[in-house]
This record gives sequence, C-alpha cells and structure tokens, in this order.
Amino acid sequence: MIERNALLKVENMSVTFGTGRKRVEAVKNVSFEVFRGETFSLVGESGSGKTTIGRTIVRLNQINNGRVLFDDKVISGKISRELQSKVVRKIQMIFQDPMASLNDRAKVDYIVGEGLINAGICKSKQELNERVSRSLMDVGLLPEFASRFPHEFSGGQRQRIGIARALVMEPEFIIADEPISALDVSIRAQVLNLLNKFKRERGLSYLFIAHDLSVVKFIADRIGVIYGGQLVELCYTQRLFEKPLHPYTKNLLTAAPIPDPRRARNRSAIVYDPTQHDYSKERPLLTEIEQGHLVLANSKELESYKRDL
Amino acid sequence: MEEILSVKDLEIQFTLRGKTLTPIRKVSLELYKGETLAIAGESGSGKTVLTKTFIGMLDNNGKITGGQILFDGKDLTTYKTEKQWLTIRGRRISMVFQDPMTSLNPLKTIGEQIRESMILHNIVPKDKSKGRVIELLNDVGIPDAINRYSNYPHQFSGGMRQRVVIAIAMACQPDILICDEPTTALDVTIQAQIIDLIKSLQKKLGITVIYITHDLGVVAEVADRVAIMYAGEFVEVGTAEEVFFDPRHPYTWALLSSLPQFGEKGKDLYTIEGVPPNLFKVIVGDAFAPRNRYALEVDFAAAPPYFKVSETHKAKTWLLDPRSPKIEPPETIAKLKAGDF
Repeated sequence: MIERNALLKVENMSVTFGTGRKRVEAVKNVSFEVFRGETFSLVGESGSGKTTIGRTIVRLNQINNGRVLFDDKVISGKISRELQSKVVRKIQMIFQDPMASLNDRAKVDYIVGEGLINAGICKSKQELNERVSRSLMDVGLLPEFASRFPHEFSGGQRQRIGIARALVMEPEFIIADEPISALDVSIRAQVLNLLNKFKRERGLSYLFIAHDLSVVKFIADRIGVIYGGQLVELCYTQRLFEKPLHPYTKNLLTAAPIPDPRRARNRSAIVYDPTQHDYSKERPLLTEIEQGHLVLANSKELESYKRDL
Repeated sequence: MEEILSVKDLEIQFTLRGKTLTPIRKVSLELYKGETLAIAGESGSGKTVLTKTFIGMLDNNGKITGGQILFDGKDLTTYKTEKQWLTIRGRRISMVFQDPMTSLNPLKTIGEQIRESMILHNIVPKDKSKGRVIELLNDVGIPDAINRYSNYPHQFSGGMRQRVVIAIAMACQPDILICDEPTTALDVTIQAQIIDLIKSLQKKLGITVIYITHDLGVVAEVADRVAIMYAGEFVEVGTAEEVFFDPRHPYTWALLSSLPQFGEKGKDLYTIEGVPPNLFKVIVGDAFAPRNRYALEVDFAAAPPYFKVSETHKAKTWLLDPRSPKIEPPETIAKLKAGDF
C-alpha cells in the first residue's frame, strides 16, 4: 500500500460537556485520519457525537484530551494567531439546514463574502466582489443573485449559497455536517454531484457527517461508524458494505431504506442493544482486523469477527 | 376492494397577495379500505395541501374551487362549520405531522394530550380514559407507560415523541390515518422503528393509511399502492411493484434514478434539472415538459390524458400514446427491476 498523505489527523479526541454530576462525555478517545483528496464519512445516530467531532476540529468546542493535526501542525488547544487564521481559512463548514444557517437579514454577497472580509483577505472592494461572483458561479448560481436575500431562494439554492460561502475561502478541507438531510431527494443528487465535482477539480478533502449509510455509500471513500461517542468500526466504503462486523454497523445498514418493494418488505432490521457486549472482564479496543478495517472489540469478540470475515 | 374515500376532479386555489395560485389541479384518487397508499413527490407538489382538505385544515386563504371528496356517503367539500368537521377530523380521519418537536403542546403532559381527543369525541367515559391512554401508550411501544403518562414532551426523544403523536392520532380509532412525512425529521434507525410501528398498527386495527413522503426508499417499505405527484397532479398511479419495476412516466424515472442508492462511485448522480413550474401561471401542456429529457413536441402544446397500463396502473404521459416514438427508460430502472444495486 502506498503511504498516503494525511491532511487531518484526529488523535485520541475526547470532549466533555458540563461538570460534576452533569458531566457528559460526548466524544470518547476518537482517532482517525483524513487523507488528501479523500471523503471520509462519520456515520451515527443523533447524539452519537459526530457533530461535536466536526465542531471540535474547527475549534468551536474545546478539546479535553488528545489533539488534532492539520497539515502536520497541531491545531487544537492553545495555538498562535497565525495558525488560527490559517485554520479558519483552510477548514470550512457546510451546515445541515439551509433555512437556518444563512443570516436572513444579510444579502447573499455579504453572507458569502463575510469570511473574506473578516480575514482581511481582499485588498479592494472590487476583488471581494469578483471572488464572491466567481464562487456563486462555481456552485451554479448567477452572480446577480448577490444582491438578493436568502428568503428569495429555494432550499436547494440556499444550500448552494452555503457551499459558495465555504468555497470562497479557497479551503483545503470541508466539514459537511449532514448537508443533504434537510433537502428533497431530487435536490440531494445535485448537491452530492457538486461536492464530488469540487473534490475532483480542486482536490478538496471532506469530512462528511451523516446518519444515513445509503447516502454515504455513494460519496465516501472511507466510513467511520460512531456510537455513543466512540468509533465502533472504520473501513473502506465498499468493504464495509460487504462485511460489516460490529452489530451497530449491521443495525445501521439494515435500517437504511431500500428502494425495492420486494426486498424492503422482507427486510428485518437487526436491532442493536449496547448491553449485548460483555465488557466486564476485558475492555474493548479499536483493533485492525484486516488491512484498513478497524473494529471496536475485545479479544473474544475479535475471534468471532475473524471467523465472519 | 372496497372504496373508503374517493376524490373526484378536486381543484384547490389559494389567494396570495392578490394573486391566485392553483396547487391542486383536478386531482382524482380512490383509496381502498385497509391499504397503504403512498403519495410521493417533491416539496411544493401539493401532497400536504391535498390531504389537509380531507380533515378540513386548509389554510384560510385557500378554498376548494371544484370537485368532490366522497367519504362515507358524504361530500366533504360541502362541510363548512367546525362542528361538521369535528365528526370527521380526529374521529374518522387523523393526521400525523412531520416534526414531532413542534406538533405537541410543551405545557401539557402527554397523557392529557392523548386524553384530550378521546374526551372531545366522547369515545370513553372520563373516569376510564386514563386506562385507555395507558393501553394506547403500550400499543405504540412506549415503555413504562404508567409513569410516562404524566411526563412532558421535552422528556421524550424525537422518536418517542413521534410515537406519542401517533398515539394521539390513533386515540379515536380512526378509519384513515394520514402520515405526513412522519420520519423525515428522524434518524434512519428510528425511522425504521416508526415505519414498523405504523405497519403493525395497521395490521392489528385494519386502518387505511395515506403515507406522504419525498423519499422513494421509504415508499418501497410501506406502500401497497403509490401515487406520484407533480405540480398538483398525479402523474402516475399504480401498485408498488408497477411503479418501481415498470414505471412509465419520465418524472417517476427521474425520481427513482436520482436516489443516491443507485449512485456509482466516480460518476455523477442522475439529477432533475430546473425547477417545478410556477403555479401562479396557467400551465400549458405537460407540467413536467420543460424538465423532461424525453419531452415530445406535443408535451409543450397539450396536457396528456391518463393512459391505462393495467387495471391498477395509469400514467399521464404522451409517451404511452401509440403514435409516440418508443423510448427506453433510463438504465437504473432495469437495474432496479433486476435488484442489481
């Protein structure tokens, strides 16, 4: 296997909220890498901590333990101002709900250009306008739209504005937090195609956060399945669909809707019960069971998973 | 099969800022007793507006400008007063809404909210109502129902709240349950549970279900029959097998093909270009024609009639006219039929 260049490394990330008895461990010791030009997907249910991981990478949440490396530099914890502004420029986010993530009272040119203004990137007003129009055209919107308000657009167009806002900063890495969950099926396809296009043309890397494995199958190169703040399985997309090992992954796979009435009617979702694991004697570890395929298990479970391979 | 509700040439208009908009354009539909009919289409196609007329919940600026809704020998379009509607809404026809976070009253315990409709409709005497509520909570799969009775909505998760909403809808044992995107706001694992719940309730109580969704993956799970809606019309109606394995309307082809489940790595997903027509304007020809890759000249001039494919299957496209050129559906349809994805 060729040594690949990791753009983002998350090492033993732990995030907790609250103190004392109200303390909640939202992310527990999570590690993964995102390679250059790769789409890595985190999949899990609401409350599993996937959004928290994304927010912690861009320093919106504080990391309690572990560290995050971007381009081989530590970007978590206390960092210099320069590095901070680099992180802001190079890592951008796309949010779930295009109805809620755009400022209703600002015009599109301000929404898209705000990052440029704050980072002081553009020398002149003209340069700013040019970059905003170029970004709008990139996502398939007309430059004239710059003087309109968000409410004048449909859901799909609004999500494009959200993408233009991320792209205008010329990032290397985009965290897309459920970018298509709130969209109609026909518009989902357009947004997914758009994200793939930028990956091809600009070598962008993505952290794609989702709850539906069927969507991720199309877009992701590798998938990390997360449950209760822990990574339970991590694998190449195709292999994960062929040989899911962890019972929670199986649960997710069987829960995803299948657009085929014959199969859908005979489907029985595998229910995941977190108490089915017996971890009283031995704690589970995220272990590489075959090349590039990691699963959370103790040695006894690992034995049985190996037989399944 | 026994018809339970039938819609004939229904037209609905809204007045918005002095202009008239026609979200439902002469729709006809039969609903059979005990079946699950899925209505699928993009947002704004009229799915919700249509079904809201069955329970008299059309917004104030909207009115029925033509056609009939026949239910139990009566024409619901003639219902005017709230008193008339109360004999139907919640009692005979109930609705479950999309977002369980906003459809419950945050200031009332869930037990009271379920009891409310039973008492309103005099289903059970007041003193026995609590027992009935607990039974219902058990039916919809809420554990520890006796204690949960006096909990408030904020003490429930999204999936559990949707179960409560379903319990409210089922409280008076309606004949028809309308589910308007009941799982769109939920996780896939919870979605699967809610779908199973609706199916099992239907089996147990023999109710008729109208299931509204934009996700054809979900349609395949629940539907006996499918009606595809576009710009206020049904463009294709058939059994689930007919619509999924032998679809005839280009819009159905497009909806099915754009599902990410059919995506191939490295290739673009199939997309539907353009936007749905402006319903403020009079639509000439086939409403889908401007976005249709397979559009014929006639599509821009005259609206197609329904062509019968089988006793249960019809589609509103000129492609089914014997004079039309033969056009093969996109590859994905063959893949779907072969189960190869």
